Amino acid sequence: MRQYETVIGLEVHVELATKTKIFCGCSTAFGGAPNTHTCPVCTGMPGSLPVLNRQVLEYAMAVGLATNCEINRYCKFDRKNYFYPDNPQNYQISQLYLPICHDGGIEIETGFGKKTVGIHEIHMEEDAGKLIHDEWEDCSLVDYNRSGVPLIEIVSEPDMRSAEEVIAYLDKLRLIIQYLGASDCKLQEGSMRADVNLSVREAGQKEFGTRTEMKNLNSFRAIARAIENERDRQIDLLEAGEKVVQETRRWDDAKEYSYAMRSKEDAQDYRYFPDPDLVPVVISDEWIEKIRAAQPEMRAEKLVRYREEFGIPDYDAGILTSSKKMADMFEETAALCGKPKKVSNWLMGETLRLLKEQNLDPEDMRFSPKHLADLIDLVDAGTVNSTVAKDVFAEIFARDVDPAVYVEEKGLKTVNDEGALRKTVEEVIAANPQSVADYRGGKEKAIGFLVGQTMKAMKGKADPGAVNRLLKEILAQ
Amino acid sequence: MDDRLELSALALGRQIRERKISAVEAVQAALSRIRETEETVHAFVTVDEEGALRRAKQVQQKIDAGELSGPLAGVPAAVKDNLCTKGLLTTCASRILENFVPPYSAQAVENLEEAGVVVLGKTNMDEFAMGSTTETSYFGVTRNPWNPEHVPGGSSGGSCAAVAANECFFALGSDTGGSIRQPSSFCGVVGLKPTYGTVSRYGLVAYGSSLDQIGPIAKNVSDCAAVLEIIASHDPKDSTSLKRTDLDFTSALLDDVKGMRIGIPRDYLGEGLDGEVRQAVLAAAEVLKERGAEVEEFDLSLVEYAIPAYYTIASAEASSNLSRFDGVKYGYRAKDFDGLHQMYKKSRSEGFGPEVKRRIMLGAFVLSSGYYDAYYLKALRTKALIKQAFDRAFEKYDVILGPAAPTTAPRLGESLADPLKMYLGDIYTISANLAGIPGISVPCGMDSRGLPIGVQLLGNCFEEKKIIRAAYAYECARACRAAQQGKAVEA
Repeated sequence: MRQYETVIGLEVHVELATKTKIFCGCSTAFGGAPNTHTCPVCTGMPGSLPVLNRQVLEYAMAVGLATNCEINRYCKFDRKNYFYPDNPQNYQISQLYLPICHDGGIEIETGFGKKTVGIHEIHMEEDAGKLIHDEWEDCSLVDYNRSGVPLIEIVSEPDMRSAEEVIAYLDKLRLIIQYLGASDCKLQEGSMRADVNLSVREAGQKEFGTRTEMKNLNSFRAIARAIENERDRQIDLLEAGEKVVQETRRWDDAKEYSYAMRSKEDAQDYRYFPDPDLVPVVISDEWIEKIRAAQPEMRAEKLVRYREEFGIPDYDAGILTSSKKMADMFEETAALCGKPKKVSNWLMGETLRLLKEQNLDPEDMRFSPKHLADLIDLVDAGTVNSTVAKDVFAEIFARDVDPAVYVEEKGLKTVNDEGALRKTVEEVIAANPQSVADYRGGKEKAIGFLVGQTMKAMKGKADPGAVNRLLKEILAQ
Repeated sequence: MDDRLELSALALGRQIRERKISAVEAVQAALSRIRETEETVHAFVTVDEEGALRRAKQVQQKIDAGELSGPLAGVPAAVKDNLCTKGLLTTCASRILENFVPPYSAQAVENLEEAGVVVLGKTNMDEFAMGSTTETSYFGVTRNPWNPEHVPGGSSGGSCAAVAANECFFALGSDTGGSIRQPSSFCGVVGLKPTYGTVSRYGLVAYGSSLDQIGPIAKNVSDCAAVLEIIASHDPKDSTSLKRTDLDFTSALLDDVKGMRIGIPRDYLGEGLDGEVRQAVLAAAEVLKERGAEVEEFDLSLVEYAIPAYYTIASAEASSNLSRFDGVKYGYRAKDFDGLHQMYKKSRSEGFGPEVKRRIMLGAFVLSSGYYDAYYLKALRTKALIKQAFDRAFEKYDVILGPAAPTTAPRLGESLADPLKMYLGDIYTISANLAGIPGISVPCGMDSRGLPIGVQLLGNCFEEKKIIRAAYAYECARACRAAQQGKAVEA
């Protein structure tokens, strides 16, 4: 078989985190009874007119700046005309001729090293409503709550060569946008959607092969699988002497199979033209500088600061900053208790373990930094020992309990009563003559068993160090 | 007919303030006039008798309580049926909106109602404002009150006919290519199209969004200025709405044109212009000259490109603007269909009339891939050149004077057979829309068949006051002359 190279470009749609829609004042909140977040504008009523939400523009500019794009000082909105009931005006307001950002790129890193993936353009547009097919009543209904929710579409250059690079690019893009606060970028909930344009060519060939566009990719895993599958499909076609058809395909992740939705021949003519209801947006240098100045601290800056300010090792800092939520959790907790290294240990250890165990993303963390900070203080004060602390943290992680209250209610405080402890230790010594003999006979390790027995008798509420000290003291007598 | 129906809007407003007539009486008089006239004229699609009387009562209470004292408080008016009116049928004279009741009012209508104007109903028009005769309405033609065998012009034919027939004291129209000025000329009333962006388009059902402007249609220039003062406002709901601080249009009602420079484009006096219209328009220029204006002819240039540029841009925008009428959300939906595609096709085929379909197809064609540059972009460039031609002209002149239409009102049925000929009838008005400038049509005489002729005055952007002043001075001179002639006859 001949050698092939895979060429991939992505079109990534990101739902922006504005409170209101792109062209009207309706709420963008997810959920809500059908057609309750609507008005004449986002339902396409006659005579209604769009007015651009300034925040959308600023988020788009922020993403453009963070991905090293040029900002178009003069940008316009165009109408993309097509008939479908989820699109109340039967045209989508988007940008074709003068998009807000162009010619940028971000650096990605994979097992094969670093490379830059170019960004062709970023444009703003409105989302469509949702069709609900009622099988029971044999009819279709439309919910326009999502109609007019702001999106940006980030169009990459065809610079990626493998699923690994695609995932690295998406991961980086997602992190940048999350850091900017411009979107939560959740693939499963559709606030980030990626369409994959893929073609293959023989190794060494200059021209691109015929590409297909893959839609309906709802997770990183689905994207990786769809890429492998589509690459193999195209190579099989070429090896069989057939041609790849330029078409849009839909991925079915359950069946691990894609099928053709429409070919280039029946591609629609969208009859794009500048929307006469919206005036061109003129962006001044001052405005761009204002957005640039307001950019939050990005990952690279945090990595340096974590090392220099908190003394966190690079590896740990890398993990702490791999999600905005994790970095926020770290910084807020550290600010509350003033013990960054201990906070880092809790996040790197127990938190990651629980996330992995429950198959959750850092974005799904629901506990408050205050409760983790309090727990760290409780441990330091000797109020609970580290074993008990892990159990308490599991409760914080699951239900965000207040550790002080929880420890009090459950009676988990370490017993510091010297008399009670001494009594228990003496009982343990009396009950385990063999271990006592072993220890006295030089088997230092036997002390561990005696400590464990004492802790067990104390229901874990003793300070293991104190138990150890006391045992040695009594046994030495 | 109640004599008081012949009062101007401002005169009626004064009588209402002076308690000589109540708002309710004024509305009752107008409604009774509508009842006796509509059979011949058919200026209205919807008359809202109950609502009008209810609002008149409320307005009168506010006037009595001293809460309303504006110049037009209590005055009954009509609104073109492409302006949304909350709770009142708004059809655009189309079957596709035959059942559409908007849950909101156009900003211009809201401004009127806030000023205490009582809306009597919705006036007939060419379907979606596409046409020059009001014959393309799904609800039947409107007839010219001066001669019911003739059209009132269009597309705001219903509004102009209603004012001419004294069915209301003024009306609102919309003007995309002359739809206020041309029917005003045919009906012997005064109609003004403001600078693009002066009146909010929110709630105006769009035809050609970059050209559409709402404006007043009234019995005289003063009423026109007073109505414009009320409807003009900056509206944050309309991105193309302008923030102007010079909206005191009535301050321009000065009988003084001394030193005003008036240019007459030779291009507007050539082939295709009816001899009687030409004579009346030049006579009007002569009157202004006698009053001290400096009048001369000049070459505007590019006039012949205005019509193709206009029909390209307006149709392109219309093809997209009208795609929302699909039977899914509101309006007409075909009875029997099999699947979504057929629902669209049948609803739109049955819901739109032939002229609307023609423009949708034309617009979709000029925007289609491969033709966009050759047609749409070229039309936009032509539009920019036409604007430049006006810019040059306004360096020399305060006002440009010419005919509003090449002929007086044609007979019913005469125009539709040849749409291209009908399009050519817009030649003197559409340039103002392409350039975004204001224009006013003022009556300037009658032809030998007894049909009104209008003279059009165009001003530079934001210079409504200049055309209002020129129009007002002309109107005064004409009234003065008529009075003298009356005396001469008596003597």
